[in-house]
Amino acid sequence: MLKSLRSRILIFLAVLGPGFITAVVDNDAGGIYTYSAAGAEFGYLPLWTLLPITVALIITQEMCSRMGAITGKGLSDLIREEFGLRITFVMMVLLLLVNIGNLIADFAGVASSLGLFHVSRYVSVPLSAAAIWLLVVKGNYRSVEKIFLFACVFYVSYVISGILVKPDWKEAAIYSVRPVLMLNGSYIEMLIGMVGTTIAPWMQFYLQAAVVEKGITAKEYIESRVEVIVGCFMTSIIAFFIIVACSGAIWSTQPRRIESAAEAALALKPFGQYAYLLFSAGLLNASVFAACILPLSTAYSVCEGLGFESGVNRRFQEAPIFYWLYTSVIVIGATTVLLIPDSAQVRVILISQVINGVLLPFVLIFMILLVNKSGLLHEWVNSRTYNAIAWVTAVVMIGLTLAYTGIIFRGLR
Amino acid sequence: MAESHLYFTELLGLPVLDIRGRRIGRVRDAAIVPLVHPARIDRFLVGGGWAWLTIRYDQVASISLDGIRLSDELLTPYHSDEYMLRIGRDLLDQQIIDVNGRKVVRVNDVTFEIRSAAANGNGNGTNGNGRNCLYVLEVDVGVRSIVRRLLQGALPSRVIRRLQRPIPPNSIRWEFCNIVEPDPQRRLRLNISHEKLETIHPADLADIVEELGPAEREAIFETIDSEVAAEALTEIDPKMQASILESLEPEKAADIVEEMAPDEAADVLKGLEEATSEEILEEMEVAPESEVRELLEFKEDTAGGMMNTEFISLHESATVADAMAALKGNEDQLESLNAVFLVDGDGRLTGTVPLARLFVASGATPLRRLATETLISATVTEKQEEVTELFDKYNLLALPVVDEDGRLAGVITADDIISVLRHQ
Repeated sequence: MLKSLRSRILIFLAVLGPGFITAVVDNDAGGIYTYSAAGAEFGYLPLWTLLPITVALIITQEMCSRMGAITGKGLSDLIREEFGLRITFVMMVLLLLVNIGNLIADFAGVASSLGLFHVSRYVSVPLSAAAIWLLVVKGNYRSVEKIFLFACVFYVSYVISGILVKPDWKEAAIYSVRPVLMLNGSYIEMLIGMVGTTIAPWMQFYLQAAVVEKGITAKEYIESRVEVIVGCFMTSIIAFFIIVACSGAIWSTQPRRIESAAEAALALKPFGQYAYLLFSAGLLNASVFAACILPLSTAYSVCEGLGFESGVNRRFQEAPIFYWLYTSVIVIGATTVLLIPDSAQVRVILISQVINGVLLPFVLIFMILLVNKSGLLHEWVNSRTYNAIAWVTAVVMIGLTLAYTGIIFRGLR
Repeated sequence: MAESHLYFTELLGLPVLDIRGRRIGRVRDAAIVPLVHPARIDRFLVGGGWAWLTIRYDQVASISLDGIRLSDELLTPYHSDEYMLRIGRDLLDQQIIDVNGRKVVRVNDVTFEIRSAAANGNGNGTNGNGRNCLYVLEVDVGVRSIVRRLLQGALPSRVIRRLQRPIPPNSIRWEFCNIVEPDPQRRLRLNISHEKLETIHPADLADIVEELGPAEREAIFETIDSEVAAEALTEIDPKMQASILESLEPEKAADIVEEMAPDEAADVLKGLEEATSEEILEEMEVAPESEVRELLEFKEDTAGGMMNTEFISLHESATVADAMAALKGNEDQLESLNAVFLVDGDGRLTGTVPLARLFVASGATPLRRLATETLISATVTEKQEEVTELFDKYNLLALPVVDEDGRLAGVITADDIISVLRHQ
């Protein structure tokens, strides 16, 4: 018994990576802003959404990692094989656009978080872009994954800064389980935003590809599932502390709408240098981390789906399109942040959110259709109950994402 | 452009006209029957009203971008397709192996050649020179075929042909395509073998296999020659090795493991669950089994775990002529042999003779005179790092390993050291 527990833990450590990284990176610059804004304007009230968010994350992530482990193929591979080239091509173009939008948001996060340390964006953004490019081009998957896992540890900074702010823990505990609905336009918009940004299309592609790359098989699938679930909880715990920190620092003194995550960090200053530094460092880490993964995931998914050679283990001559795509996504992301005025940047990011709203329904629906193909997954297809839950989750997520898209679209006009 | 060829994307949707020129439907798919002919399109599947019809290749009079004209009216409804390799369903968008280019590719389109066959004398052909047949010429990958497929239907075929001209083609000749079919019954019906893969260098085959899904991997190892499988398997990532062997039938797995060098076999088996590795060992022939079992006793990071038990040893009183005779009797080892070893009556190691020295000495020379000046060896329990150090310090190609009594137990060669260093 003890031995089997030990071997289980060993297997868990061996499969650790894909699910954890994907879930944690979900809290990128955009995610941190959303949670900070929620805490700053509404305090502890929105905390209850984290539980359903966690469930939705687990359901969608679990299906992707299962498909990866059983079929040994990436999501864009499977979409291509089952739904044909034309649909895949359209999806890949949309994915490319959405990911570039996310990447711009993350480079902007790098710029503003290092701005808090008085580093000019003309230094921080090109340097981090170059570092990200080198990391993947010169490294191999295993060492890169280790660095990524190490980066996950830095998210603890949010937990500490949340504690340093000394929020009202009793309130936080109560509102974590008590759903509060108010017929207040901006409150509802906030809730929709929180849920709507939870599941991004790139996550599904990245997770499944990472599971395949890691060589996880049906035999290790139980441990891999545990890993996905733990990762999703981690994400929500971090989100919890971000909301709590902003409630304690901003909402409890003067509730207001904040415009950026950097503004949230500044508001933490009265609670000590450490709370402020940790929050800013967390933002930097999250932005750099996401900026590492997005271009990589984009290049992988697109090349896989369209049948081009891909992979960091190949040389440039062997996989030219992969490397060109990877490089140009980074260059576009970084130069947009440097050359375009802030207001236009926000517009670009918001437009990419609208495209996201168009893409996500397809991704979720295709995923559930694929995971039910017995020709692909054999005995590992969804059970009837699981399917019911998955469809409900997908429909709710699609509904909320479309609502969120609508809100953004209204704002854009 | 000469219209001696046709793309599958163009074929899809082509109108089909009967003898009197009436349209009976459009092409929905086309199929090869590999048991009959490996490249000829044998059946066209045509969608009319609500049912699909099957058209045999010899019912077709002519094929062009304007449509397919038939020479026969007796068409059968489409039902079973057990023996058909359907281009649209089974080939398009799927992964195949490019045997010549040694990689896995995804099929974007298929190029057919339109050939005219002599009319078979029943006199109902519409053109005098005979009927048109389609033969699969190439499988298209790359940008050109993607563009063609995306535009098909939106623009007329001839316009697309002109537009795609500047893009360099990227195609694989049909002879060099290897389809991977996981289902053994279907493999039989479709006459699919993986024999072509046996011509690929095992290291390249290993790379290819690593890119495929588990079901396809298993299918390949199940069907290719055990010797090739063994060589490819040693080149594969250890974790994947284990999952491949576990997925195979124990008999087949044992066949493959038998073909491996005992030290590599032992390494692979160590990665498996005990029950599975025991099952495989039981299926193995007695001689290789006991050798592998002995090696399994040693810890992986010791000289015993690294060594190979295949070596050539002679009594210390032997001559060059004896050594030559021994080499002739062990031809399977020659490829990786660097030295022969001298032992005393009890099997204790007394000398190492580098192979090259045998060729410059006369047949009567005692081997003892050719042995290296200092005898370097390791014991089975020696740590991996120390062994590596010995290789570096004395520039060795082969290092004999002895047991606690000094008896020769095995040999470590430079390639073992290289793979140790690489995995660090």
